[in-house]
Amino acid sequence: MSESAKPHPPSSQAKGEKSHAGEFGYVGIDAILEQMRRKAMKQGFELNIMVVGQSGLGKSTLMNTLFKSKVSRKSAQPNPEERIPKTIEIKSISHDIEEKGVRMKLTVIDTPGFGDHINNENCWQPIMKFINDQYEAYLQEEININRKKRIPDSRVHCCIYFIPPTGHCLRPLDVEFMRRLSKVVNIVPVIAKADTLTLEERDFFKQKIREELRANEIDVYPQKEFDEDAEDRMINDKIREMIPFAVVGSDQEYQVNGKRILGRKTKWGTIEVENIAHCEFAYLRDLLIRTHMQNIKDITSSIHFETYRVRRLNESNVIVFLTKKTTKVVKKGSLKKLVD
Amino acid sequence: MASTEIARQAGEGARAVPLSGHVGFDSMPDQLVNKSVNHGFCFNILCVGETGLGKSTLMDTLFNTKFEGEPTQHNQPGVTLKSNTYELQESNVRLKLTMVNTVGFGDQINKEDSYKSIVEFIDAQFEAYLQEELKIKRTLHSYHDTRIHACLYFIAPTGHSLKSLDLVTMKKLDSKVNIIPIIAKSDAISKSELAKFKIKITSELVSNGVQIYQFPTDDESVAEINSTMNSHLPFAVVGSTEEVKIGNKMVKARQYPWGTVQVENENHCDFVKLREMLIRVNMEDLREQTHTRHYELYRRCKLEEMGFKDTDPDSKPFSLQETYEAKRNEFMGELQKKEEEMRQMFVQRVKEKEAELKEAEKELHEKFDRLKKLHQDEKKKLEEKKKALDDEVNTFKQKKTAAELLLNQAQQAGGSTTLKRDKERKNFF
Repeated sequence: MSESAKPHPPSSQAKGEKSHAGEFGYVGIDAILEQMRRKAMKQGFELNIMVVGQSGLGKSTLMNTLFKSKVSRKSAQPNPEERIPKTIEIKSISHDIEEKGVRMKLTVIDTPGFGDHINNENCWQPIMKFINDQYEAYLQEEININRKKRIPDSRVHCCIYFIPPTGHCLRPLDVEFMRRLSKVVNIVPVIAKADTLTLEERDFFKQKIREELRANEIDVYPQKEFDEDAEDRMINDKIREMIPFAVVGSDQEYQVNGKRILGRKTKWGTIEVENIAHCEFAYLRDLLIRTHMQNIKDITSSIHFETYRVRRLNESNVIVFLTKKTTKVVKKGSLKKLVD
Repeated sequence: MASTEIARQAGEGARAVPLSGHVGFDSMPDQLVNKSVNHGFCFNILCVGETGLGKSTLMDTLFNTKFEGEPTQHNQPGVTLKSNTYELQESNVRLKLTMVNTVGFGDQINKEDSYKSIVEFIDAQFEAYLQEELKIKRTLHSYHDTRIHACLYFIAPTGHSLKSLDLVTMKKLDSKVNIIPIIAKSDAISKSELAKFKIKITSELVSNGVQIYQFPTDDESVAEINSTMNSHLPFAVVGSTEEVKIGNKMVKARQYPWGTVQVENENHCDFVKLREMLIRVNMEDLREQTHTRHYELYRRCKLEEMGFKDTDPDSKPFSLQETYEAKRNEFMGELQKKEEEMRQMFVQRVKEKEAELKEAEKELHEKFDRLKKLHQDEKKKLEEKKKALDDEVNTFKQKKTAAELLLNQAQQAGGSTTLKRDKERKNFF
């Protein structure tokens, strides 16, 4: 039985304001927002980003630019080697960063060796395995009888895929990789080193990429099917018209018009990274960090992880849950066949 | 085929890196809050207390709305729990509030089992959540959480001490739900008595090992206020939805001939403190405690009861499946055995019935034979009789013909004596 009851208060209440006893009719339900915020600040956040792309596309630099600090693996290693590893490695580095009281544990997962060999067959497999391993670890922890209060979340929330700026179309490797991985993780494709493309070439390239993604039925973030309501769809449609973002990364500052900004200095000019007339880095940063971070994490946990869980539990052949009164035998439901 | 090397750098902990500019993830709490606002919140309160302690009125006062129309009927034999869900909205926050009331608590003559229906209800909510969590295809984020987040225990304002029913019930509930004891209808107690009453109650609770909900003191922004409130437990409250004009304002109050008790006046009662603690400061903490402490305890006990154990980290992954399989086989075996038993019983019954029917058939046959024999005997007798009768008739006929013959002879011999003889004959016949 549900009734809709409105308390008498006027609707112009400031959020989180502790009301005085004399203020008539104010119950204080909206104080829960403040409570949630406090709890979130105390707990901190976790974010796991994976960067995938051939070597030399500026992945590490972009990460450093995004988070305005030395978060890439090259910075973490004392003597960075420039060799291409014989096998694809997966290197994951965690950082604790803090801004205005908000603490975040950022994990950057790098994949040196991807796409660098002569024969790149199945180069996505180690990456798929890594992602599934993280899901597995989380699932195991969740199934435990004695669980931790907060299960450490090492699941990959977002995978940034770097497309080399050829200007023509997607390569078969790109298509294959994105097709397979878009089903298990949120993929954000970006055009790397976009300062080699003029604006017209850039637009043409983007259009070609979007067409190819559509033709191959690759659903990159933000996925159309997960739009919650009309407002969401509107915002996400605008983003979908812009992907893939053409980005330029830089961690060096230069003086332009009296201000110190991040950029790349060349003989013919300085490319300002955060200037949207020059490149779309700002859009990427806003999408990833300022507006859609929570959404990315939600989609990972409630859709990708659940898909994995369903598949995994179905594989182990049935769960009989014995209760005192009834026995529920959950039959092997329709398996969502994931590729590979 | 490429193989992997997974390397985790910088040990287990993470490096702390300083930021050289504004990144923007300080909007994360806002994003989280926005998501929750879109989703809505739910909060479930259970009110336990004897009839007539003002539970419904207090709820109305707390949330500033008139929830129920008429007071509930109190004529059920046992303790029943009535739950109602309401949707409240304040500014942009939507709250799905569920209130569960215990009807008939403390009304029985024998109160030994009063707490049982309450415990069962709480367990049922945990069970429902556990079932949802263990499903294969689950929808946790849109699941309507019915687990009880706070239990307000209404203590009768006797002024002496806790009743034994109260102690027993609270002891049973303290490991399942966050208990907040309150003294109901506290305008019946004077200030000095109230202080003594509170001390007595807290000491009784402590000596009986009842763990009531303590407001959290680990977060600096609320630690101070929470610790002062902790010392004021149990709150002495007065509820009222009627408004009285005091000065130039309308306030919620109870009017007596000797004065007016203002609900929101901190000198008169602790209602404001209760509202502050329950809603404005600790609602989220109550929900969290329910999920991380009480629910986890229930889940652990339930799963261990079924025989599932955690494996150590280096054994085969997912051996929960094996336990499941073993249980399943066991269960199937039992099922089969039961089936066999039933089948045998059925066969036996059929045999018995058959035998019975055969017996009955035999009896019927015998009866039939007997009757037949009886019938034949009778028939024979009748035939004999008939024969005898026929013989008689024949003899008579013979006699008759012999007599006629004689008559004719006599007629021929002498006709005169015929008249006389005729008369005689006529007389004879």
